[in-house]
Amino acid sequence: MNNIFTTELKKLYTVFKQMGDAVSGQIEQATESYINHDKDAAQALIQQDNSINGNEVDLEKQALTLMTLQQPVADDFRNVITILKASSDLERIGDHATGIALETIRVKGSHRNKDVENEIASLTNMIRNMLKEALAAFQSIDMEQAQTVANQDQDVDAKFDKIRSNITAAIKNDPAVAEAGASYLMVTKLLERIGDRIVNLAEEMVYNQTGEIVELNQGRLHPND
Amino acid sequence: MTVILETKDVHLAYGQKEALHGIDLSFADNSITALIGPSGCGKSTFLRCLNRMNDLIPDTTITGSFQFHQQDIYAPTTNLVELRKKIGMVFQQPNPFPFSVYDNVTYGLKLTGQTDRRFLDEQVERALKQAAVWNEVKDDLDKNAMSFSGGQQQRICIARLLAVQPDIILLDEPTSALDPISSAQIESTLMTLKKDYCIIIVTHNLQQASRIADQTAFMLNGDLIEFDLTSKMFTQPAQQATSDYLNGKFG
Repeated sequence: MNNIFTTELKKLYTVFKQMGDAVSGQIEQATESYINHDKDAAQALIQQDNSINGNEVDLEKQALTLMTLQQPVADDFRNVITILKASSDLERIGDHATGIALETIRVKGSHRNKDVENEIASLTNMIRNMLKEALAAFQSIDMEQAQTVANQDQDVDAKFDKIRSNITAAIKNDPAVAEAGASYLMVTKLLERIGDRIVNLAEEMVYNQTGEIVELNQGRLHPND
Repeated sequence: MTVILETKDVHLAYGQKEALHGIDLSFADNSITALIGPSGCGKSTFLRCLNRMNDLIPDTTITGSFQFHQQDIYAPTTNLVELRKKIGMVFQQPNPFPFSVYDNVTYGLKLTGQTDRRFLDEQVERALKQAAVWNEVKDDLDKNAMSFSGGQQQRICIARLLAVQPDIILLDEPTSALDPISSAQIESTLMTLKKDYCIIIVTHNLQQASRIADQTAFMLNGDLIEFDLTSKMFTQPAQQATSDYLNGKFG
């Protein structure tokens, strides 16, 4: 029994789980602070991002050491590769959360539009649930749930389109909203990108289990798709 | 690639104890097949069946089909010398004869009655070049083969086998007694040779199997567990036991 590898892999998964929980919390805080116009909470969140980045660097170093020294193949190899790829996606989701926090600080004091903000709050809930479900699918190795998560990204894309057109309409209607409108657009796009990264997590789980590299959500080839 | 050797339902028993429980494998020309598995799994026993090296072990029963170019290896009419010219074997310990490099390489040819010096010279050069050892020994062809390094001795043994123009080269852990550089030279030689031969290698070095073999067969306790393209087996094995063995979790 190769105990060294198994023990080290367990450690990697523990750090990965902690990182997933931390990023999930980051998304919640970032979106809460944006919706509640809470500049202080946003500032606190930006400081935290360094620790997530540190986690990702540690995981990467440990995974590379494990691959070099233990030379895993087959299932074990896929386990390590999955951690490497998924931690990189989590780290990027954390970066996007920081981006949303920065927007909270930038937009503070601008003229706002409540309806658009409600729509963003609704998109936020979709993203938070997707991330929670993706991380849960990772823990329970649930392929069906992974596909369900990936399917939800289509709703996210549709919501993005809707909010985008609402922002344009709001600015046309009241040009004083333009500054906040630019920020809304930025945050909505960041949320939509987070959705794509969550689909990556689901795809990485499928790779881990089957060795197949799949596209669970083909994405759009045309703006009206 | 064409299948030139095919075994079906191969069973081998030493007395009452069965060591192979029905092995179906096929081997194509211009390819390398690795046989892997823990000690005692039957991989060397199976390899030795392929040119009837187990014939002299007392109380051994071998059943099943061994078709080599549509000919039954175990048919009573099979000429063993001819068979072993076509299916040669290289062993774990380099085993050159205790005489010159030249005489080692020409040994098999002389057995067949060849005495034409020019022909023998040509064959020695061809075989030693194919075995990638010519440049190292060409000025010392009269020197005792046993005075060379282990890696060179092993390649001289490969040349001795190539001189009689086999179709299949069987290798039983040919690099386990060699240092990494000599092993790499043997691997590189085998990669070149596969253009002209069917190569079947038993190895405990899994990285060696993954580096050079086109197909890999994983055996366990006398059974064939999995046989597939090496690239498939080392990334997506079909059996959990294969993955566990490849990752050193038993064996």
